[in-house]
Amino acid sequence: MELEQLLDFKWSIMTPEFIILGVATLLSILDLFMPKSMDRKILGWIGVAGIAAATVSLAGFIDEPVTSILFDTFRLDSFAKAFKFILLIGSLFVLLLAISFEKKDGLAEFAGEFYYLFLTALLGAMFMASSGDLITLFIGLELLTISSWVLVGVTKRNKKSNESAMKYVINGGISTAITLFGLSYIYGLTGTTNIKDMSGTLMTMGGSQNQLYLLAIAFFMTLVGLSFKLATAPFHMWAPDVYEGAPTPVTAFLSIVSKTAGFVIIVRIFVSIFGSVPATGAQDALPMLLHLQDYIGFLAGATMIIGNVIALRQRNIKRMFAYSSIAHAGYILVAFTSMSYFTFDAIWFYLLAYLFMNVGAFAIIQLVGAKAGSDDISAYAGLYRRAPILAVTFAVLILSLAGIPGTAGFIGKLNIFMGAFATEPAHYVLASILIATSVVSYFYYFGIMTQMFFRPAADDSKFNIPVALLVVLIGSVVGTIALGILPNIAFDFLHDNFMQFKDFLQ
Amino acid sequence: MDLSYVLTLLVFFPVLGMVVLAFIPNTQEKTIKLVGFLATLPTLLLSLAVYFHYLAGKSLEDFSVMKHWIQFGGFGEMDKNFFAVHYELGLDGFSMIMVLLTSIIATLAAVASIHIKKEWKGYFMLFLLLEVGMLGVFAAENLILFFIFFEITLIPMFFLIGKWGYFEKERAAYSFLIYNGLGSAVLLIVIMVLFARTGTSNIDVLAQIVNNPDQQMMAPISDTMKFGLLFALLVAFGVKLPIFPLHTWMLRVHVQAPPSIVMLHSGILLKIGAFGLIRFGMGIFPEQFKTLGLLLAILGVINLLYGAFLAFVQKDFKMVLAYSSISHMGIVLIGLGAMNEAGIQGAIFQVVSHGLISALLFFLVSVFYERTDTTLLENLGGIAKGMPIAAGFLLAGAMASLGLPGMSGFVSEFMAFLGLFEEMPWVAAVGAIGIIMTAVYLLRAVLGITFGKSHREFTGITDLRKVEWVPVITLMALIVLIGVYPSVLSEPLKTTLDAIMLGLGG
Repeated sequence: MELEQLLDFKWSIMTPEFIILGVATLLSILDLFMPKSMDRKILGWIGVAGIAAATVSLAGFIDEPVTSILFDTFRLDSFAKAFKFILLIGSLFVLLLAISFEKKDGLAEFAGEFYYLFLTALLGAMFMASSGDLITLFIGLELLTISSWVLVGVTKRNKKSNESAMKYVINGGISTAITLFGLSYIYGLTGTTNIKDMSGTLMTMGGSQNQLYLLAIAFFMTLVGLSFKLATAPFHMWAPDVYEGAPTPVTAFLSIVSKTAGFVIIVRIFVSIFGSVPATGAQDALPMLLHLQDYIGFLAGATMIIGNVIALRQRNIKRMFAYSSIAHAGYILVAFTSMSYFTFDAIWFYLLAYLFMNVGAFAIIQLVGAKAGSDDISAYAGLYRRAPILAVTFAVLILSLAGIPGTAGFIGKLNIFMGAFATEPAHYVLASILIATSVVSYFYYFGIMTQMFFRPAADDSKFNIPVALLVVLIGSVVGTIALGILPNIAFDFLHDNFMQFKDFLQ
Repeated sequence: MDLSYVLTLLVFFPVLGMVVLAFIPNTQEKTIKLVGFLATLPTLLLSLAVYFHYLAGKSLEDFSVMKHWIQFGGFGEMDKNFFAVHYELGLDGFSMIMVLLTSIIATLAAVASIHIKKEWKGYFMLFLLLEVGMLGVFAAENLILFFIFFEITLIPMFFLIGKWGYFEKERAAYSFLIYNGLGSAVLLIVIMVLFARTGTSNIDVLAQIVNNPDQQMMAPISDTMKFGLLFALLVAFGVKLPIFPLHTWMLRVHVQAPPSIVMLHSGILLKIGAFGLIRFGMGIFPEQFKTLGLLLAILGVINLLYGAFLAFVQKDFKMVLAYSSISHMGIVLIGLGAMNEAGIQGAIFQVVSHGLISALLFFLVSVFYERTDTTLLENLGGIAKGMPIAAGFLLAGAMASLGLPGMSGFVSEFMAFLGLFEEMPWVAAVGAIGIIMTAVYLLRAVLGITFGKSHREFTGITDLRKVEWVPVITLMALIVLIGVYPSVLSEPLKTTLDAIMLGLGG
């Protein structure tokens, strides 16, 4: 490649990524030269500033037409932009949680790493959102995954943290292998790794029966492999153990940023590749994605049932939220399955709503867990007596997770239903499972409420809330209620700037 | 004069009361109770003003308000109404009466709340939120808004039962939550199917679109689907009403919830079921609804007889009243099943009449419980010696309930049966047994209480205090007013009834 050609690329569209990369590098150097005894919190704040700067620079590109550089491996289309906002805002909140996280179990030694590994993981996720090529996509995925492996095990002296890191590595390795196996079939059939070329080749190929079988194998392998990132069935088993053992900010990261990245990648691959392959030899046949959507639907249904039913039996609140997050991934898969006019809207909005309600919930879990020294649900007994405002805040977030009107979670579910019912034939079974399991989820969500409001408190000690955590709490509650009462804030932003993601396949 | 702000003010005024309450310290019992009571007054005055506005011959449409609210799917540029949910409130004769009934009973229940013993602040804040939900349900002009208000009633009820109820309060609260959660779930499916397939959720527009085969829709609604949707509506509102065998939750609520809340629950919340069936079932699916006449009449007779027979063997006065509610809701179903003007009018009359009567009886229950700590029939025996006035009103309330001419219960039962005898004389004849049973169980219970053998001395207990006179007199006056001058109800209902009969083609 000529140097001139290299300089010709419009590198500026990568500004947000460059900022994150730069800040991560800066933090690692600072960490190296700072005296051991110095408090590393300042590094966290620099990281927060970096993410904020990246968000602002991303906002500057909102009106930018679709641009791709590096031979179409990195593209900035409206899909990438919209989801990068979620990734950035999510990471911002998570990093604030990390700043206020108590540094124990050997974490103090690695406090610097603790902050900048979040940034490298975020960088990976952002690359996934922008990738136009399977190689870039895979590198982004690995950057995210490996950073999170380290983060899960970062509290070195904590047995559970070690156990969960081990489980996460093994499960992650297997799932990555399966994903790659699936992707290799598509590569083999098309001879390219560029997503746009792939869909072009597959569309014109016509396809003999054998090729279609191979593609179907690729479809299932990729789907199953990627379900690891989403924590959906059949690769959900790691979630409860890892969520329980990991430090709370990392748990929040896995359930928000990592999950969002998972949906980004799954939409990218499936809509662009399998959305353009005719399912049978005939040119006017249904795309393979629609033809096989019942299988995705089956996984979605299984995920919702598994998540919500097993959550009923959990006493540890982090495990409970692990199953709850499995269930929520199932809800979003319903939107993906229905592939209607509303699908992109629904996925984007739900992920945004989920970001707010979940990060706030984890903030409270972190606070109460640190105070009580345990994540057992009984630690919440009498919270209303001890800290009424905190209890009401948690109640609002829980109501949103349960999908009660007036909160973001409800509007998110409405949007998913709309997609499921607006297609012909409509997805009645799937939507009914969604709503029935939501009612099941009332049991465990209101179980927390029962503890907070009905049970007497074990002790009367008050909480003092660190500034960073307070910012997260206020941000998440305001976000949850604002999106619940005035959801048009988000919808207008989405519709005015991203035009239904029409440029997705351009 | 622009009156479109009136309804918004009417529905949301209690929120202002909540805000004021939030700033009063929890120890100020008297102030809290006073503010809680005062916060219900403006709503009452406004709904009376609306009623007199109507009586003066002016149109209720003056009060309609519509504001653009949520735009799903980004169709905004093409058609502002397509897939939009507006904030639209409005009244017709029926809903105006329900709003008036709600505000009256809410104010009286606030008076009855003087008997609440703890945590007044939380109690009144939830109480007012519940009132907002109930008012909104009746004033909402579209299905999504209706559902939002419908669900808003769920959360405060859960806490009001679970925290301020009697011995098995938490179980009752969960039972309430899950049954009603499932009911709402089914309702939400119906609403979303209609919304997703037609692109509108406005009740009047839907009624036109669904019954006009030439209308453009996003996706078709077949006749079978209409039946399915109507049946789902019947289940959803059948839980609320409740229709046998979906009634077990409401027995628990009647017994375990504090009586002031049962006044609202039995007086208003159960009526939402009837309101929904009439407004949506008959309004949107008249063709299909017509075919359900026999089913509804039979369900009504079952409710009537089942409730009456079981009420006869109860030992707890609250249980008697709970089964009596089931029995009386049977009359609503009987009226609806008749499908003629007299029947439907009887059903609506019964909704209002039973709302007033059960509020009165439960207020007296709270008066008795306050003084004697019991609601068991045998322990209350002979209370007329200690509290002659309260016992007198109890007897009068029971007379109204069993349908003594000159009181509201008579008018509604008479009309409902008149309607049914015209259409299905045999079913009506069986149902008439229930009327006799009503007299039997009510007289057994009430005579047992007032003049029965006394097991304990009722000396030293005070009769009705000044403040307790207010609800008793108001409710009694309204019951008699409707009994002797039914036009106060039938006049406003006329246009609603005409519209319904037109839809039913009769």
